[in-house]
Amino acid sequence: MSQLSVKHLLGIKHINKADIDLIFKTADHFKEVINRPIKKVPSLRDITIANLFFENSTRTKLSFELAEKRLSADVINFSASQSSVKKGETLIDTANNILSMKVDLIVMRHPEVGACDFLSKHVNASIVNAGDGTHEHPTQALLDSYSIRERLGSVTGKKVLIVGDILHSRVALSNIYALKLQGAEVKVCGPKTLIPKYIEELGVGVENNIKKALEWCDVANVLRVQNERMAINYFPSTREYAQLFGINKPLLDSLGKKIVIMHPGPINRGVEITSDVADADQSIILHQVENGVAIRMAVIYLLAEQIERHKL
Amino acid sequence: MFGIEMSKKILLNSKEIDIILHRLACQLIENHNNFENTVLIGIQPRGVFLAERLVAILKNHYNILNVQLGQLDITFYRDDFRRRGEPLEANKTYINFIVEDKNVVFIDDVLFSGRSIRAALTAIQSFGRPTDIELLVLIDRRFSRHLPIQPNYRGRQVDVINEERVTVNWKEKDGKDAVYIINN
Repeated sequence: MSQLSVKHLLGIKHINKADIDLIFKTADHFKEVINRPIKKVPSLRDITIANLFFENSTRTKLSFELAEKRLSADVINFSASQSSVKKGETLIDTANNILSMKVDLIVMRHPEVGACDFLSKHVNASIVNAGDGTHEHPTQALLDSYSIRERLGSVTGKKVLIVGDILHSRVALSNIYALKLQGAEVKVCGPKTLIPKYIEELGVGVENNIKKALEWCDVANVLRVQNERMAINYFPSTREYAQLFGINKPLLDSLGKKIVIMHPGPINRGVEITSDVADADQSIILHQVENGVAIRMAVIYLLAEQIERHKL
Repeated sequence: MFGIEMSKKILLNSKEIDIILHRLACQLIENHNNFENTVLIGIQPRGVFLAERLVAILKNHYNILNVQLGQLDITFYRDDFRRRGEPLEANKTYINFIVEDKNVVFIDDVLFSGRSIRAALTAIQSFGRPTDIELLVLIDRRFSRHLPIQPNYRGRQVDVINEERVTVNWKEKDGKDAVYIINN
């Protein structure tokens, strides 16, 4: 009943609506906890967590680390740039070496699609996917839906637009799964070259005109243009992108309704979103960040609950 | 099953509970006067009903209007995380006042092993450092403590064997006020 259906959080694809509801309910409690004078509970005192980051991250890494510490877990951090990966160690070897130091749970970000899935089959620890290549970023999708629920009361029936680089975005894919599970309508909008060919098979609409797309939606989740994942030029120039798909204040004001603006960060101000939009009161970007800690606490708490206790 | 039937014995009826609640309210007034520097904390889930009842009595019968009442959930402070078959669901914590330098009175329905109160003592520290903390319970199960914790105010003391359960029913939640001893 009050237990997740999975032992790892590899992607939203692997969980169900009841799991999402449980995570949100638990996150409500943790959101209250992180607003107390002392923002910490002792639940995970005997749990050790390794954060393995094979790819750069600021927000997600900080958010996970804070969530783990607020649950009183012991935390070790690992960044690929400073490690033996450079010396040629395999992923399983790295993970098993860390696990022999009695680690119970691994939070991993990796540039390869399916890396977490692979690891979960080969090592004896719970795995949380903190982003695997262009595949999934489940905790981001959960905190996005949680933030929509917080602002609009519910996700069910809401019209959510995802704008930008859908092709390279793990945030987009996880969001699509999560939103569809909760009964939201989803459309994507962006340059044709950055919309995956068979996206409609996921039950998602495509709109190429940003104004029409914004007029349709209740919430616009604006993605970052991920230049680092683009080996070729998908659009002629950043300036043209900003003109055709960038969201600015005059465009928002012309809609005749107030939509909610989200962004998973980091923002390229002036490219996908202008500064005045990012800082407007209809933008919930900073709420997303706060909710990220509560959601990650909930996910880790619920997974830790299932970890078998070392017999004394 | 196996010839053993569940028996349910009434310990307190609604009249008796009402008399006890009034006495507990008076005892609180004796020690805390007008509750200027005192806050009441109902322990989730079932201590909250008792706490709300006491606040209503203080208000309606003794004209003490501004009693600060909070709800404290102890789920994340329990000492049996990952030791239970069934995971526990948390309840809401709601404390919208400062507990620093206040007299805190914990309110719970049944005091049994004392472990919930131990967890509550840890949990309340997240909100500040109270001057002192007291404990009020409706039912005090004697000889069943696992920890050195005793109530300052008790409605009724009972001796029941370990296999027996004491359950408190409230009108708001269960339809009528009653305390039962249930033998499984």
